[in-house]
Amino acid sequence: MRFLYKTDFMDDIRLFKHEGAVFWYAVLAGSVLGAPLILDQFLLGELSFVYIWAIAGLAIMLLVGFTGQISLGHAAFVGIGAYAHAYMLRHGIPFLFSLPLAGFVAALAGVLIGIPALRLHGLYLAIATLAFGTIVEQVFAGWESVTGGFRGFAVNPPVLFGVPMDTETRFYFICLLFLAIAIFGCLNLLRAPVGRAWIAIRDSEIAAQSMGVNLAYYKTLAFAVSAYLAGIAGALFAHKIGFLAPDTFTPILSVQLLMLVVVGGLGTVHGAVFGAIFIVFLPTAISFLRESLPPSIGQQPTLEPALYGLILVLFLLFEPKGIYGYWLKVRFFFAQFPLYKRATFRRRRAYSRTERLR
Amino acid sequence: MNDVLQLTLNGVATGCIYGLVALGFVLVYKASEVVNFAQGDLMMLGAFVAVILITKYGFNYGTAFVVAIFVLAFVGVLLDLIVVRRIIGQPHFAVIMLTLGLGLMIRSAAAMAWGPETRTMPTPFAWTAKLDGVFVSMTYISIIVGTFVLCGLLYIAFRFTRVGVAIQACSQNQLAAAYVGIPVKLMLSIVWGVSAATAAVAGILVAPVSLVDVNMGSIGLHAFAAAVLGGFGSILGALVGGILIGIMEVFGAVYFQDAFRNIAPYALLLMVLVLRPQGLFGAVARKKV
Repeated sequence: MRFLYKTDFMDDIRLFKHEGAVFWYAVLAGSVLGAPLILDQFLLGELSFVYIWAIAGLAIMLLVGFTGQISLGHAAFVGIGAYAHAYMLRHGIPFLFSLPLAGFVAALAGVLIGIPALRLHGLYLAIATLAFGTIVEQVFAGWESVTGGFRGFAVNPPVLFGVPMDTETRFYFICLLFLAIAIFGCLNLLRAPVGRAWIAIRDSEIAAQSMGVNLAYYKTLAFAVSAYLAGIAGALFAHKIGFLAPDTFTPILSVQLLMLVVVGGLGTVHGAVFGAIFIVFLPTAISFLRESLPPSIGQQPTLEPALYGLILVLFLLFEPKGIYGYWLKVRFFFAQFPLYKRATFRRRRAYSRTERLR
Repeated sequence: MNDVLQLTLNGVATGCIYGLVALGFVLVYKASEVVNFAQGDLMMLGAFVAVILITKYGFNYGTAFVVAIFVLAFVGVLLDLIVVRRIIGQPHFAVIMLTLGLGLMIRSAAAMAWGPETRTMPTPFAWTAKLDGVFVSMTYISIIVGTFVLCGLLYIAFRFTRVGVAIQACSQNQLAAAYVGIPVKLMLSIVWGVSAATAAVAGILVAPVSLVDVNMGSIGLHAFAAAVLGGFGSILGALVGGILIGIMEVFGAVYFQDAFRNIAPYALLLMVLVLRPQGLFGAVARKKV
């Protein structure tokens, strides 16, 4: 059991709370850097997928988990980033410029939806973003000169300083690099005044406002930053799947992203990564599971969405803090070993305030 | 002129379906502030139950209609008892995700049980009258009449029966309702039953037009637009919003590109949300601090 004595105001915003954390994160960094030496190409490809999903997960985590704004339209931002990136690459803009620019295009779209969203709360916001996502999806299908319509188009592997990043290993490192930058950026934002303002807005808009938080500014900023990250994830995603078609960016993707943050653990940066692991490896796990199930169930093509739905519902009902919350419990169990009490993590009865009165 | 009449009729009929599904959303939302994103899938379930009863077990249309309504009412009550009741009081986000997950499960379970193929619904309304150059499909008439009969019944039930008034009380103030001795939890279960039954009616009425397959629940998204357009707390608003969206869609598809058909309801929805966030019929309430 470790006791943290805070003797300095900086203790509250340190990235690593104690030396143990430094050690374990160093081990983690070493193992993800060394992974290409051990893993085969398939697993490496899956891991790059995890990193891309984790960037997208961070995007939606900032908005949903930290600012408390629901978005059912994040697939649109991922899609805008992907198409913008691919479009700029086709017109000869190098990868290193095109990627951040694609993020900016997505961020612009984020501001565009963020400004009307200022007047909306909860449910209405969810529906407005859903509408936005659907419109953007239709635009992808209709704007053939840029997006190629339903036929879609192929995306080449990225070229960095004249070197094509066409092997799984090289692309793995690109994804890892961007995920690391994204996580570091998010952590820094969250311990800065911006992040505190976001969290204040999540917990109570009225309280935040009366403490001098400019709601309009910080909410729009949250939408912009979130869309930016989603756009970057989309651009990497375009390279990863190598082909863009509008039916990739449907509301189903938005729901999957939300599922990612719920299952991973709402309101934690760890949660985005855990959720990404869950989203990427569940289909693999299911395909292993299929073989051991009786054929009447195992051969069902809809087994996957059914399990997604079931797991989502079970998490919401029994472990609302997600995988990360469960990990905290396990760690606490061992830290406290013979003295663990279940009551420590008992859910307090929550009474949500009505949203009809604002 | 005939074109306009024809399109209006088609639009109103489509809109009535959206209105019916939206009605289901609004009922549950008014009573418990839970938004049921699985409403479209409940509609699909209702249509499937009716089709299976008719084609496989030889029920006639009327009996299948009634049985499907009761089956769905039962499913609605079960959903409330087993799942939704546990999550009331959690943040809205959790509730939205929960019903999304439930919808996903219902859809997948239906696909597992009945397969992905599209089915047709045999109906007694499969004929068309020609009135003054306008083709009046009896299916559409059945949709419109069914919608208005159901709404009338619901109005009478909520206005004049003991249970109905108790439900109204719950939707106005749950705490106060509990204080005067209304069994609030039971009322919420009943509302879920009624809402699922409404979805079944919508599903069975629309089945001859849209055909029955496991993805027909996606109509639910358009119905959402309808519910929001009308202001999420108003039954009349849901119906009017639905009809408005139906008419827009039909006219949009004829006079603009086909892509417009899919965008129009959402563009309208965004506009309404920006200009009048509480919907066309929503009441404005402000919290005093």
